[in-house]
Amino acid sequence: MAGAELVRPVSSSSAPHEVAPGEVLMEVRDLKKYYPVTKGVFSRTVAHVKAVDGVSFNVRKGETLGLVGESGCGKTTTGKVILRLQEPTEGEVWFEGQNIMGLQREQMRRLRREMQIIFQDPYSSLNPRMTVGDIIGEPMIIHGVARGAAKEKRVRELLEVVGLSPEHARRYPHEFSGGQRQRIGVARALALNPKLIVCDEPVSALDVSIQSQILNLLVDLQAEFGLTYIFIAHGLAAVKYISDRVGVMYLGKLVEMADAEELYANPKHPYTEALMSAIPEPDPTLKRERIVLEGDVPSPVNPPSGCRFHTRCRYVMDICRQVEPELRDVGGGHLMACHLER
Amino acid sequence: MSQVGETTGTISFKPLQKTQSQLNTLVRPSTTFFQDAWFRLRHHQRGMVGLAIVALMLLLAIFGPMLTHISYSDQNLSQTYQAPSRAHIMGTDNLGRDIYVRLLYGARISLSVGFVATLISLGIGVVYGTISGYYGGRTDDIMMRLVEVLMSVPDLLYVILLTTVIKPGLIPIYIVLGAVGWLSMARLVRGEVLSLKEREYVLAARITGARPSRILFRHLIPNAMGPILVAVTIGIPSAIFLESFLSFIGLGVSAPMASWGSMASEGITALQSHPHLLFFPAAAISLTMLGFNYFGDGLRDALDPRMRR
Repeated sequence: MAGAELVRPVSSSSAPHEVAPGEVLMEVRDLKKYYPVTKGVFSRTVAHVKAVDGVSFNVRKGETLGLVGESGCGKTTTGKVILRLQEPTEGEVWFEGQNIMGLQREQMRRLRREMQIIFQDPYSSLNPRMTVGDIIGEPMIIHGVARGAAKEKRVRELLEVVGLSPEHARRYPHEFSGGQRQRIGVARALALNPKLIVCDEPVSALDVSIQSQILNLLVDLQAEFGLTYIFIAHGLAAVKYISDRVGVMYLGKLVEMADAEELYANPKHPYTEALMSAIPEPDPTLKRERIVLEGDVPSPVNPPSGCRFHTRCRYVMDICRQVEPELRDVGGGHLMACHLER
Repeated sequence: MSQVGETTGTISFKPLQKTQSQLNTLVRPSTTFFQDAWFRLRHHQRGMVGLAIVALMLLLAIFGPMLTHISYSDQNLSQTYQAPSRAHIMGTDNLGRDIYVRLLYGARISLSVGFVATLISLGIGVVYGTISGYYGGRTDDIMMRLVEVLMSVPDLLYVILLTTVIKPGLIPIYIVLGAVGWLSMARLVRGEVLSLKEREYVLAARITGARPSRILFRHLIPNAMGPILVAVTIGIPSAIFLESFLSFIGLGVSAPMASWGSMASEGITALQSHPHLLFFPAAAISLTMLGFNYFGDGLRDALDPRMRR
């Protein structure tokens, strides 16, 4: 990580982030995002897809918060809404003490320096008509941070930080492999020294051999720059390695949230239990019970009554069909939404 | 690593030792998107034939008239209806005008109509289409309904109506053809923008706080350029054809100016006795259309994003 010392001072306005664990960087309160389902010539709204349906959590400074769930559970939508790429139907997102949902366009533009995103698909996340240097330099131009020679110098530094060589700035994205492209995406996200980076399944499109490289890079960068990550993934395996805390989502709701170690040692929710059993075991001699969930995820247009998981839960009780369980603390900050006492 | 080769003995392949820096070296020379497309076009036979025809037509249209000593309107009433000969390689018409010379002047008109009309429709279509596609929602609904209404009227009806309002001539033809052509261009561009604006690099720019103008000009339009260029090369011959058709039915350029269409129209009256009067202008129209269509095909293959990645 040569050149790291040089990278930090370029953003003169933002002081080095002191990592104080426990301090809340972002708070999400009762976030909802419904997409209307329209029908007919006059686009009558006939129903809503409840992609995110009342999600609340905190993100502490310097931590990595993992968000896990099957496809369609609303984790990516959550990521997009908290960056205000889409407007939420309801709910608030507080970032460093201000509600970003109430910000005017210009205020929001200025705040965008602090938050970035790394996308899943390294092939569609880089503009094929721009050089790598232009891609990484674009955020600096948008915010008027650096231009000309200063911008190019910073681009070269960033390329080195993410493990590429400075000459690559003049190349085009199609000349790189998937892993290299993902590094370019990381460099772009770092360009403005953000405080928060939403990683939207950053490794799931990559070869397994490359996945660990990118994960290690993310961990190194976090230590170096005091970054805070929201790490979205569909399996617990990648999240296990990188996260401090993990939230498990099912059909637009958080069903369980705990410190990573606690969650892996002691999963409380039946859904988490099933996800845990799906983590591949490197030791082939080890026999383990696999919990296979029956059926598909129910439609988010018309979610099941009571507990949303009751249609697939193996411990289902009568109460589950009628009463929706609240997310409650079951000890030591371990949050869970299930009627089961254990 | 080198042990693999030694233990098996017979295998002469050896894994190369790779370091991180070697892995990150790129051997291929850096190429831009259009350099790549040009490379593929050069190896596309029909595309190159088309390009050659188009280039030849352009050269003839620009320089041909400069090299002849007679004008398109020079008449020689003692030499009417001449068959092709050494003096007049394509013969002469009913007023003794040299058909070859008239074809060269006609090429200027036909090709300029093709290019100018397509440029006009490109300008309007790209602006209209990007706005409609990028803003989406109700804006898109209203803008596209308008296009559909205009499209539902046959092109020819428009042209005939417009030419009755504006006096026939070259400039009205530019305007008329441009006004008809932008509709399909707008639809094409809108479709491209609709799919491009959901690409993650566009989202990344929006998250960073890029203004719409930057997203349009740096991200959306450059990436829509491929299909737009193909549409242009397909649009030019159809404009040329429409112009020829208009001149043929008498709504185009007026005598003594020559356009391929008006020449074909004159030729058809003497078709039985002097078929060359129709043959040469018709051949010029066909060859040009063929050239542009071949070139457009080649360009589409060369710019096809599925051949990249």
